[in-house]
Amino acid sequence: MNGEELTEQETALYDRQIRVWGADAQRRLSKSHILVYGMKGTVAEFCKNIVLAGVGSVTLVDDREVTEEALSANFLILPDENLYHGKTLAEVCCDSLKEFNPMVHVSVEKGDISTFGVEFFGKFDAVVISCCSLAKKKLINQKCRKLSKRVAFYTVDCRGSCGEIFVDLKDYKYSKKKLEETVECQLEFPSFEDTISVPWKALPKRVSKLYFAMRVIEQFEDAEGRNPGETSIADLPGVLKLRKELCETNSVNESQIPDALLERLLMDTSEYPPVCAIIGGILGQEVIKAISGKGDPLKNFFFFDAIDGKGLIEDISEPKPVS
Amino acid sequence: MSSEEQLSAIKGAKVLMVGAGGIGCELLKTLALSGFQDIHIIDMDTIEVSNLNRQFLFRQSHVGQSKAKVARDAVLRFRPNISITPYHANVKESGFNVDFYKEFDVVLNGLDNLDARRHVNRLCLAADVPLVESGTTGFLGQVTVHLKGKTECYECQPKPAPKTYPVCTITSTPSKFVHCIVWAKDLLFAKLFGDKNLENDLNVRSSDATNLSEHSEDVFECRKGKDIEQYGRRIYDHVFGHNIEVALSNEETWKNRNRPRPIYSKDVFPDKLTKENGKTEKGSATDDVSAMASLGLKNPQDIWSLAENSRVFYESLRLFFLKRQKEIGNLTFDKDDQLAVEFVTAAANIRASSFGIPLHSLFEAKGIAGNIVHAVATTNAIIAGLIVIEAIKVLKKDSNSYRMTYCLEHPSKKLLLMPVEPYEPNKSCYVCSEALSELPSPVISGTVLTIEDLQQEFSCRINIKHREEFDEEREPDGMLLSGWVEAPVDKNNNKSIGNGESTSSALSMEEIQEGEKDVEIQETSESAENVTGKKRKLSEVSKGTIPDHSGLPDESSRNQNQLEKLDVDDEDDELIISNDWESLTKKKRL
Repeated sequence: MNGEELTEQETALYDRQIRVWGADAQRRLSKSHILVYGMKGTVAEFCKNIVLAGVGSVTLVDDREVTEEALSANFLILPDENLYHGKTLAEVCCDSLKEFNPMVHVSVEKGDISTFGVEFFGKFDAVVISCCSLAKKKLINQKCRKLSKRVAFYTVDCRGSCGEIFVDLKDYKYSKKKLEETVECQLEFPSFEDTISVPWKALPKRVSKLYFAMRVIEQFEDAEGRNPGETSIADLPGVLKLRKELCETNSVNESQIPDALLERLLMDTSEYPPVCAIIGGILGQEVIKAISGKGDPLKNFFFFDAIDGKGLIEDISEPKPVS
Repeated sequence: MSSEEQLSAIKGAKVLMVGAGGIGCELLKTLALSGFQDIHIIDMDTIEVSNLNRQFLFRQSHVGQSKAKVARDAVLRFRPNISITPYHANVKESGFNVDFYKEFDVVLNGLDNLDARRHVNRLCLAADVPLVESGTTGFLGQVTVHLKGKTECYECQPKPAPKTYPVCTITSTPSKFVHCIVWAKDLLFAKLFGDKNLENDLNVRSSDATNLSEHSEDVFECRKGKDIEQYGRRIYDHVFGHNIEVALSNEETWKNRNRPRPIYSKDVFPDKLTKENGKTEKGSATDDVSAMASLGLKNPQDIWSLAENSRVFYESLRLFFLKRQKEIGNLTFDKDDQLAVEFVTAAANIRASSFGIPLHSLFEAKGIAGNIVHAVATTNAIIAGLIVIEAIKVLKKDSNSYRMTYCLEHPSKKLLLMPVEPYEPNKSCYVCSEALSELPSPVISGTVLTIEDLQQEFSCRINIKHREEFDEEREPDGMLLSGWVEAPVDKNNNKSIGNGESTSSALSMEEIQEGEKDVEIQETSESAENVTGKKRKLSEVSKGTIPDHSGLPDESSRNQNQLEKLDVDDEDDELIISNDWESLTKKKRL
């Protein structure tokens, strides 16, 4: 892990994945540092994936206590009260994650992430946040963007049968294989705030309904001062009212955001394990790609809905001005 | 998603998982978290170090233990109150029969080879149990659902068979590196270190003229007391020098091809080797005997020069004779045998050099020789999630929502996960559909039908003999099948050599002998509700004739009034022996 070459131990352990992404990518992974906030089921899956992949370090932030709900979709928490009593979610998950790969340094950072300064985020190559309010997402994204070093930024949220990933890689230069050649590419990613500010009318016609639905719920929680995921079917009238306002403001038809979809997102706030596995897997792949600098990154939203089984990418960004 | 109906369907379900590897670990974890309470899991493998990058239920300390058992123990740690029954066994064992499968509400496959997948597919069809199939390679994966009569079975679409190469390409005219690997592994390595009694296409005689000279010596015979270096040079010169010259002498072959150049050891190493090797007997305490270590070659990703490859060739040969003498004569290539991999890499590279084919690193060569499937945890996790989603649909009998889902590396129309509706069964699928085509005509008494089942590597001949009467009680079908199994025929010149699947080796005489002891006959009822596989031993009789039926023991006569079918994977001839025998015989009677 320290020298330039992979050790014999690493080569033996990582053989199968080196055959996928190459030794060079593996070396970069082993030097990378990942920050993770919000230890729910999907994030647990993601952490498992990157620890197995052999990143340099993973830092976990989640001061919440272990609850019944936390146990339901998070396989890193063993249901033994003696083991988790007095510990935070991050601490319990940390213990389990260490077992998956002794070569990865897994640790816990305590405190309110909103108060962490820009220099703190500068220690990492990728920051992944979940269970964050709209305000928190914007704040952390901005701090990451302030750094001259590129810190890859991701949000991930799963509600019932749906899951969403947002990616911001700022100015990203990477390489990819085209036929037999290696091609150099560059992409510019908008911040979270800029992305969600893109007028809905300006977006391509067939954008996933889930994008809009998630934005409505997000804004509702923000307006009502709720914690993320703290909604129920009783909120439906309020949400429908907000939808009407937003659609009017954006000059789009309300049918773009079906009632049934909003209902599902309001009711099924807990995570669904198969979706956690899928979203955690996609997110894991994205972070690995971004660290290794190889392969087309996901730009900039990914949605999955188990009801129709589609996993799709949406590029939500300002349409380029016609020159 | 959390509807009452769904929860109770999951809670009460009995699920069979086949495979506790890459997909299996992820699947077992997700099933447990999703509320499944009765899971059975079959896997015959034990845990290896290279599994640990993705089979996260296993630890270093578990290496060597049963995957099924360790997976179960690991999941019980976070779901202590569910039932997981592990079987450290081969899914092809007879104990896993139709009755076993019938107990389950759904079967979930996480296998890595075609052979086992076919086996499970057929048993699921026989038991009429839904099957969710899956597979991953690198960033690619897919999940498919199979319900008898409603969707395609796993074999409705032909699956690509493992690549095989014509013998002459391997022995005389390689054009790709993989050809050199197959040569090095299945011919040279086998000849030097494997069973001496096996047939081998490598030219072993040192005579120039013909192979018939009685006095030519077997170059490969290593006489005791002989200097290993001399032996090594002799082998080297023979296979890389002499054999190439012999091949070159046939002008025809090289009309439209680049000529190979012979390579002799004196050109690469004019001096004695032991001086150059430096460290020779360093630390014989180490278990891992390695030519690379001995020669100071550190990086398996490096591409060695011809000289370096030649050094590795000699050194690995020397180390085999020096440190592993006892194993010589019994060795088969194993991708986890470092010394074997080194030898095969070196030999393949020298041959490649001779033929102008680009050289490869040990890392790459090992992947090719060992048929290593590249694999990562993330794809397996995604596929596992998709499997569980389909399994739940199956349990809810939500047939309109069944999907085959493809996990792509590059998005297609924005989609990374692409669901597709399953297809209807293929009407001419020889596994799951009914009867098939007509017999080639005319079939009359005395006709001999030659049948080849390419899938089972099995062929036989059936003599058709007409008889006027059949006992209604003892022979209700109006026909009888009996006979004997002929010893395998000698391979003809058209055989091919394969690099082999990860779990099966290239074709050999021995394998055929084992496979041909029983003739497998599939029975279907007239209404085609059940397909049961039944193995039947054919009684041994004198060669070439069908015996008088009255003298046969009961076990060779059928006792069900059913359509009998000999399953054949031959596009042209699919054979049924109809129970409408009378009309058939009436038509054909002279």
